[in-house]
Amino acid sequence: MMTEALARQHRIALTGNDAVAYAVKQANVDVISAYPITPQTFVVETLSRYVNDGELNAKFINVESEHSALSAVIGASLAGARAFTATASQGLAYMWEALYAASGLRLPIVMALAARALSAPINIHNDHSDFFGMRDAGWIMFNGEEAQETYDLTIMAFKIAEDPRVLLPVVVSYDGFIVSHAITNFYALNDDVVKEFLGVRTTGPRIDPDNPRTFGVLALQDSYFEFKRQQYEAMENSRQVIKEVFQKYEEISGRSYAPLKEYMTSDAETCIVAMGSTVGTARHAVKTLREAGEKAGVVGILQYRPWPVKEAEQLFSRFKRIIVMEKVMSPGARAGPVYEDIAATIYPKHSEVKIIDFTYGLGGRDISTRGIIEIYKKGKELIDKGKTDRVYFHGVRGE
Amino acid sequence: MSTTVTWREIDLGGSVAGGTSEKYKTGNWRVEKPVIDYEKCVRCLICWLYCPEPAIIRNGNEVKIDYDYCKGCGICAEECPRKAITMVPEEI
Amino acid sequence: MSKTNPVSKISDLPEESKFRPGHRLCAGCGPAITAKLITLAVPEAIIVNATGCVEVGTTIYPYSAWKTPWVHVLFQNNAPVASGIAAALEKLSAEGRAKKLPVIALGGDGATFDIGLGAISGALERLDKIIYICYDNEAYMNTGIQRSGASILGSATTTSPAGRVIPGKQENKKDLIGIVASHHIPYAATATIWLWRDMVNKIRKAVNYSEQGPAFLHILAPCQFGWRYEPHLTVKISRMAVETRLFPIYEVEDGQLKINFRVSKPAPVEEYLKIQRRTRHLLESRNAETLQRLKAWIEWNWLRLENLEKAGKVF
Repeated sequence: MMTEALARQHRIALTGNDAVAYAVKQANVDVISAYPITPQTFVVETLSRYVNDGELNAKFINVESEHSALSAVIGASLAGARAFTATASQGLAYMWEALYAASGLRLPIVMALAARALSAPINIHNDHSDFFGMRDAGWIMFNGEEAQETYDLTIMAFKIAEDPRVLLPVVVSYDGFIVSHAITNFYALNDDVVKEFLGVRTTGPRIDPDNPRTFGVLALQDSYFEFKRQQYEAMENSRQVIKEVFQKYEEISGRSYAPLKEYMTSDAETCIVAMGSTVGTARHAVKTLREAGEKAGVVGILQYRPWPVKEAEQLFSRFKRIIVMEKVMSPGARAGPVYEDIAATIYPKHSEVKIIDFTYGLGGRDISTRGIIEIYKKGKELIDKGKTDRVYFHGVRGE
Repeated sequence: MSTTVTWREIDLGGSVAGGTSEKYKTGNWRVEKPVIDYEKCVRCLICWLYCPEPAIIRNGNEVKIDYDYCKGCGICAEECPRKAITMVPEEI
Repeated sequence: MSKTNPVSKISDLPEESKFRPGHRLCAGCGPAITAKLITLAVPEAIIVNATGCVEVGTTIYPYSAWKTPWVHVLFQNNAPVASGIAAALEKLSAEGRAKKLPVIALGGDGATFDIGLGAISGALERLDKIIYICYDNEAYMNTGIQRSGASILGSATTTSPAGRVIPGKQENKKDLIGIVASHHIPYAATATIWLWRDMVNKIRKAVNYSEQGPAFLHILAPCQFGWRYEPHLTVKISRMAVETRLFPIYEVEDGQLKINFRVSKPAPVEEYLKIQRRTRHLLESRNAETLQRLKAWIEWNWLRLENLEKAGKVF
């Protein structure tokens, strides 16, 4: 890292949850409202401590449910505040209708999500069922692989959300327990650097007594579609804004971000696609496979919505085989959501590229380097035999 | 609403300027209209107070029915303590 | 925010209300009168409206009847949205980044008695600095007259019809103020449109109290469409609900309950029931038992309030 960038930051060891709370404190949020839920709880605990110790001058609203948490944050955001919430799993599911309200009202809210499985049966461990459940809610969606990415994305999230070309809520997800509870070293920007980078919120819808407006009209057949089309455009606009924010963030931090993270992809024939903490394990697996002569590579998904269409087409059309690993189940669908996004991006133009989908790791079922190597070998074999017409399962007894 | 407003011009995020309902006239909902007998009226403002629209314009203690909005519910006539308001059939 | 004083005459109210005509609520709508009186009582306020008749009837794009900042988010979350606004304004106004105004969460009986009660309880328990106003029209009118926890015993709704076997709703109205006051908030009261001065002054009092914590108003707002009476009778019905003791007017201030409109000789409830098609069936002899239960409840409820009043600071 450049000395110049190093001077702007400090090395710190925190859990993923605390890294998020630290970023939120540095972002000088005005209002926080959240409800505890495993494995996110430490985010709200740490933020409460910052507020009660006077380290963060924010209002902390201790609500009685996640539905109210996002509602209070929506209210605060409408009043002009920089507002933050955090949740996981059932909490996110309980917020469901408010997710659409936040994006439809065009509010630059930031939410952290410690990704966790959904009931039933109840399970507190990591998979991505909650994250993908909010796919069409109109939020910009990022996924941090470890504490560093999660911290950086949380800070950048405010910048992206509040850009007048965007004005959409942003979720930063990170794997429950694996990232949320693991203490790691990372670089945090100094407080004044973040303060300068973000400033205070000045954009977006805002209650103004001198110019009384009505927020959240009843939009009928003659206007609802236009409002939704306008919202769609904001998501499209965010592509450029995200690029600019990544660029600007690199200038101050020295860390470079892209929607899709590549590892050994330049000459790869078979590529593993993963999201979250699995990406790191997949890199290790690919390194091992390379040593055995396999032309393997990894693509990690950092930016899920907006789906990086151009980057994905350019990248995925280069491979012979794509093995998608998904920690989510979409019963009755052709395949999981990431498979479908990739397929929709490259087909029918690049029909020579073959894709196969593996569901793995549900409810926190561990995935090891060896497991990923198994998926790689099995996936490659199945593709070559032409058996790609179903979703395969890895790591479940009886398959 | 105007069908020429595209998504490019429409208000941000389902919002609209306050008080714009005045552009929408509801007077044609009426089948009977209230008529004030100003001889009997004692300027008590009860009709103004209870009108749900509000379609009774007040100027000091003077009142005037705004037929652009009056839906003809008849609360004003019912509540008038001097029976100074009568409901008359709307002419076709 | 500056303290507001009570009004004594109608002419003390502002000449023009911030609730503007051109809205699509029914002719003779009690909730519309409620909304208008709220803006006359507190012209400078932020209204957070739950889903319901008033919300849909007043803000059909591109028109809005509200010449004051107004927000709708969802059905059951007007209290926490209001809490978020109030918290944000407290923070931002201290930094000179916003102007502080009273924040009024407005909801019908569906939003308040039923779907939003948990969220309201949260806001009350946290002592959030908001004013909550429930306009109670005793059923889900926006979806077409379905039973709510506020519907009175025996009332016919589309989900509790006056059937041959079961003559309307068989449960009593929920004790909303009892629930609310048990949070030991600074102020809670009932009101209705007929007693406009009592209602306006309670709203103004609630605004003053909201600088300390939540203040709550339960306002009976008759609905000609759902109660099925002639539209011109809205204010009269509001009056009869009070005079029959069916809807007692009282407040709980600093833990002390006080009956504000003492009905010494209650009017016969039959007079009230017979002019509404939602309750007219209760006068049929085959429904005598339900009518008897309703009358017993009215008597018991009044006695209960009198006892609470005598008991001192019980809330």
